[in-house]
Amino acid sequence: MNTSIHSVLMQGDEACAEGAIAAGCRFFAGYPITPATEIAELLARRLPQVGGVFIQMEDEIASLAAVIGASVGGAKAMTATSGPGLSLMQEHIGYAAMAEIPCVIVDVQRLGPATGRPTSPAQGDVMAARWGSHGDYPIIVLSPSSVREVFDLTVKAFNFAEQYRTPVILLMDEVIGHMRERVTLPPPDAIERTERAVTTVPPEWYKPYENFPADVPPLLPFGEGYRYHITGLHHDERGYPTEQVDEIRPWLDRIFRKIERNLSDILLYEENGVEDAETLVIAYGVTARVARHAVEMSRERGRKVGFLKLQTLWPFPEEVVEHAAARLHRIVVPELNMGQLAREVERVAGRHKVHRINRADGEIMQPSEIVAVIEGWTV
Amino acid sequence: MKREQRESRVHERYLRHHKKFPNIWCAGCGIGIVLGAIIRAVDQLQLDKNEVALLSGIGCTGRMPVYVDFNTMHTTHGRALAFATGLKLVRPEMKVIVVMGDGDALAIGGNHFIHAARRNIGLTAIVVNNATYGMTGGQYSPTTPPGVCSPTAPYGNIEQPFPITDLSIAAGAAFVARSTVYHVQELEQFIAQAIMKQGFSVVEAVSYCHTTLGRLNQWGTAPEMMRRLKEQSITIAQAEKMSGEERRGKIVRGIFVTRDTPESPQLYRRIVERAQQAAGGANGPAV
Ligand SMILES: Cc1ncc(C[n+]2csc(CCOP(=O)(O)OP(=O)(O)O)c2C)c(N)n1
Ligand code: SF4
Repeated sequence: MNTSIHSVLMQGDEACAEGAIAAGCRFFAGYPITPATEIAELLARRLPQVGGVFIQMEDEIASLAAVIGASVGGAKAMTATSGPGLSLMQEHIGYAAMAEIPCVIVDVQRLGPATGRPTSPAQGDVMAARWGSHGDYPIIVLSPSSVREVFDLTVKAFNFAEQYRTPVILLMDEVIGHMRERVTLPPPDAIERTERAVTTVPPEWYKPYENFPADVPPLLPFGEGYRYHITGLHHDERGYPTEQVDEIRPWLDRIFRKIERNLSDILLYEENGVEDAETLVIAYGVTARVARHAVEMSRERGRKVGFLKLQTLWPFPEEVVEHAAARLHRIVVPELNMGQLAREVERVAGRHKVHRINRADGEIMQPSEIVAVIEGWTV
Repeated sequence: MKREQRESRVHERYLRHHKKFPNIWCAGCGIGIVLGAIIRAVDQLQLDKNEVALLSGIGCTGRMPVYVDFNTMHTTHGRALAFATGLKLVRPEMKVIVVMGDGDALAIGGNHFIHAARRNIGLTAIVVNNATYGMTGGQYSPTTPPGVCSPTAPYGNIEQPFPITDLSIAAGAAFVARSTVYHVQELEQFIAQAIMKQGFSVVEAVSYCHTTLGRLNQWGTAPEMMRRLKEQSITIAQAEKMSGEERRGKIVRGIFVTRDTPESPQLYRRIVERAQQAAGGANGPAV
């Protein structure tokens, strides 16, 4: 299928599965849940074709566990779920962050809380994706707003996971997952892939948790002669449990540093007309599509409106927002939740500058709802 | 050379020199005996250390892997078998051994346990059954007998225990055996057979926890509890000659099942071949 350049009609979930294969994913474990099931169904068909492994586990807890186990065995591995499954996966998201095991978790968001409205769009898992597991850890969360972007960001998610030895969450939503669009996929040799790092040090010298190189030591697969220990306990450079503050602190500093010092690589966003704007709209996922319409409508009526579409939600692009907000007094943040990313924008830009537009009833926002705020906002 | 000397030589070859000893277990605990049996089984089978993975969940038993020079992974409470499933599927040539406490394997991990048995993936599950949650202080577990007192059953446990071997057989395991930490040589042999068995194998190693449940119920010191394992245990052959009443409270030792049933990874390999043929050959690298 993915052997030549071609334009096809493709669903978001399908683009995710194809993006995973293109990125080199060779292991998937999951549990059926709307609106993410199509990803599992497709990979059940596609993975054996490329010599990979698909398994349906007994629940989402086991799914992420199997993904982490497969990653330790050297495979690029992924799971896909929706809100209820994300809740179940939280302990293992923390484990992957702690043990620094690359893995990709796709969450096709639906309306929550609880079982909610399973086939309805929502963006209510933004905070759960960032802070869901207990304790302090960094994580990367990406959010696509078109079918082509699903493909590209799935590839990015795998690359970031390998590059920074971290779990990466791809935060889709029901509309983006189920929507069909005509897309032209890049040819396989045009896709940049980050492979698992290797080492030249002999096994006796290998330290899976040292600072070198550049805060991300290579993770060597089990079974190839480098025997070491992995644990969810705080550990020293060799991976052995420790209770010593002088070993815990440097580890904690390192896992935050490895993300923070690479923000220029990790932060993905698109800016449009921000320079001379009087009002800025910040959006992501399905709402970014709606917001773009609203921005265009307002511009046609003579308003100076800038648009910032975020693809990386976490780490939150503080400096990007800060820079744009420095000159501006009006920032509109529409999202399909009760104001999750808006809290971050408020934290950076100041609360009085931000106007939230929230909807969490299972319906997508109308451009008119955003236009009304842009045009009705008198300072 | 005396047996103990020979054994300590063997152990030295497998213990990690970087790891700070002593271990975390209470003096007299049976968990270390199970670790010794695993090491000797691996040595007896002359397995390459690089080929062996030892995974665990959380608990006193969960601390076992860190001490040995295999590929080792201390996972989360109850989920070690699910981690092991992922590892085994991408590294089918490895011997993947999973050690769990009874709470780990059968309470929080009960669902993973039966599904691992049902899938019949070639993992070796070793359950150290001390009939309690040792690490958190002796609370009752899914294998605590009725009537026994624990910090969370101060008036006596009213729940029925899981028979680990029956459960494993019903769920589809290919090999199911039970021994105790007193019967070390037998335990070692069962573990060796379990490792070599195709499919999912279960070895229940009956142990005790003298520091928590034992002390609370006044069962005596570690040697006294060890003596009880010796006195209370019978072989399958002996058990067959006893009435249900006579068997009550006895620990039946032996191999309960060893059968050849299709392993799901083998079946999956056939699916891969079929899928690749249908798709006109592999269009991506296998891991
Ligand atoms: C999700 C979760 N729940 C609870 C605990 C606390 N906990 C740690 S060990 C343990 C019980 C261990 O008992 P068992 O599995 O029987 O092993 P043993 O310590 O007896 O070897 C519990 C409940 C935990 N670590 N994680
Ligand atoms: S608490 Fe019990 S199970 Fe844990 S090490 Fe001590 S004796 Fe062994």
